[in-house]
Amino acid sequence: MSELRPELQKICEWIEPGSRVLDLGCGDGALLEWLQKNRQVTGYGVEINQQDVLSCLKKNVNIIQTDLDAGLTDFADASFDYVIMTQALQALHRPDKTLDEMLRVGRKSIVTFPNFGLWKCRLYLSINGRMPVSKALPAQWYDTKNIHLCTVNDFENFCAQRSMTISKRGIVDYNHRPSTLMKLWPNLFGEVALYQLDEKKNAI
Amino acid sequence: MHFDEVLSLVCGKVLEQYDIVYETYGTLNAKADNAVLVCHALSADHHAAGYHSKEDAKPGWWDICIGPGKPIDTDKFFVVSPCNLGHCSGSTGPRSINPDTSIAYGKDFPMMTVVDWVNYQQRLADKLGIKQWAAVAGGSLGGMQALQWAIQFPDKLRHAIVIASAPKLSAQNIAFNAVARQAIMNDPDFHDGRYYDFDTVPSNGLKVARMLGHITYLSDDAMGDKFGRELKNDQLNYDYGVEFQVESYLRYQGESFASRFDANTYLLMTKALDYFDPAEEEGGDLSAVFEKVKAKFFLASFTTDWRFSPERSKEIVSALTDANRDVSYLEFESNHGHDAFLVENDDYIGAFKAYMQNIEVST
Repeated sequence: MSELRPELQKICEWIEPGSRVLDLGCGDGALLEWLQKNRQVTGYGVEINQQDVLSCLKKNVNIIQTDLDAGLTDFADASFDYVIMTQALQALHRPDKTLDEMLRVGRKSIVTFPNFGLWKCRLYLSINGRMPVSKALPAQWYDTKNIHLCTVNDFENFCAQRSMTISKRGIVDYNHRPSTLMKLWPNLFGEVALYQLDEKKNAI
Repeated sequence: MHFDEVLSLVCGKVLEQYDIVYETYGTLNAKADNAVLVCHALSADHHAAGYHSKEDAKPGWWDICIGPGKPIDTDKFFVVSPCNLGHCSGSTGPRSINPDTSIAYGKDFPMMTVVDWVNYQQRLADKLGIKQWAAVAGGSLGGMQALQWAIQFPDKLRHAIVIASAPKLSAQNIAFNAVARQAIMNDPDFHDGRYYDFDTVPSNGLKVARMLGHITYLSDDAMGDKFGRELKNDQLNYDYGVEFQVESYLRYQGESFASRFDANTYLLMTKALDYFDPAEEEGGDLSAVFEKVKAKFFLASFTTDWRFSPERSKEIVSALTDANRDVSYLEFESNHGHDAFLVENDDYIGAFKAYMQNIEVST
């Protein structure tokens, strides 16, 4: 598992063996490849980038090339055990709609994003008075793909408003170091946030 | 290759005996597990790759994909490319002599469907000692045959390669075919399909049919780029002659096609397209049909293809994912319309090759 980046390792711990998984914005397919080999998982990756799609084919990962912003209409309700979306939420045109779609298609959904509430981001903005640029978010404001950045608190507020049930939360840093600070103040010290959301129960 | 066993057809008729011509490329390995069946589309035939002679202006229709180091790598795979029944390039078809009457079949040649083609292809596989194809591949109508193979003989192929295809024709697709057929059948030289006996050819009808078909193979952008409003001569003549370059091009396409293709075959191939609808057996539920499928699928479409648009391929993908089958689907940027599957394109060739490289064969 060591070849996977820390947040993906965490996701692998959450996934039940033998599950059917849909990985949205799956990149080069590393997560699905690992899950297929080690957790007997079946499923598909969804990705738009041509080079990434090619990497998936080479890894023998089922890949569907399509634009996430166009919706998940090709997938039936509750047709996957898990719908995963890592580090793509912030790049979507309508992340709220995609999250709704994830909860429709998957019994459980796992989503990860860079926490914009990180103290470094806050410090950068307050001292420089400019949009934070870092190793993790290296693009400038005008050419960044990350058009909907949010913080841990933003996301949790959003889930509460939409009656989405958070069943698991993980906060990691890019180097996978355990940190008490991160546990105590995730919105200030967490670099990457992971959430597992459960199927939406119909309101009574 | 000659076949003596009776072939029962979907239309209810039978073919008592028939001949199939085919080309092969590469070498069948000892376990016969490296064979790839390549299925041709409407106007192509068994000549899929390479040149027959130095005089050939063009190589086989899928030469960009078949050969050493190409996606269907002939250093690895043994490729079988047959000419379908009903065609006019050597396999038994309307131009062949009907043994019952000792004259050409003409319009009496039984109607063919994709199901029938898959049946004769299966017999061909048997004769060649191929128990299971490593893959069955094709574009457009050829892709439909690959799809049908996976449904009809689930254990007899490991991979289905379906490119620029559709799960069935739309009303618009059928409408274009209907107009093409009308053009042929209304040609005074058609003689109700018996034109061989009158020593005539309904070439004007066939030309118009091909011109119409050709428009649907190209994209608006591709035609615009190639011709725009360019004139054939320097000025407008204000008459009904050929004035624009695009008119001249279409006429040339129509004429060259009419000189090499048989009108009855064209009618029959368009009908085979119209009839194709594998979901029908499950009341239109394609994913239910895919429940029995075992092959892994590779599907691809092209952005400017409006004959079989990406949405049509996605219908197949969606039914496959609903049935929890293995499938990869790619959508390539191209301005070549439907013909894009026959045109060199790095992304397309690279992805197709990557997929084929993962197909396991014994050495």
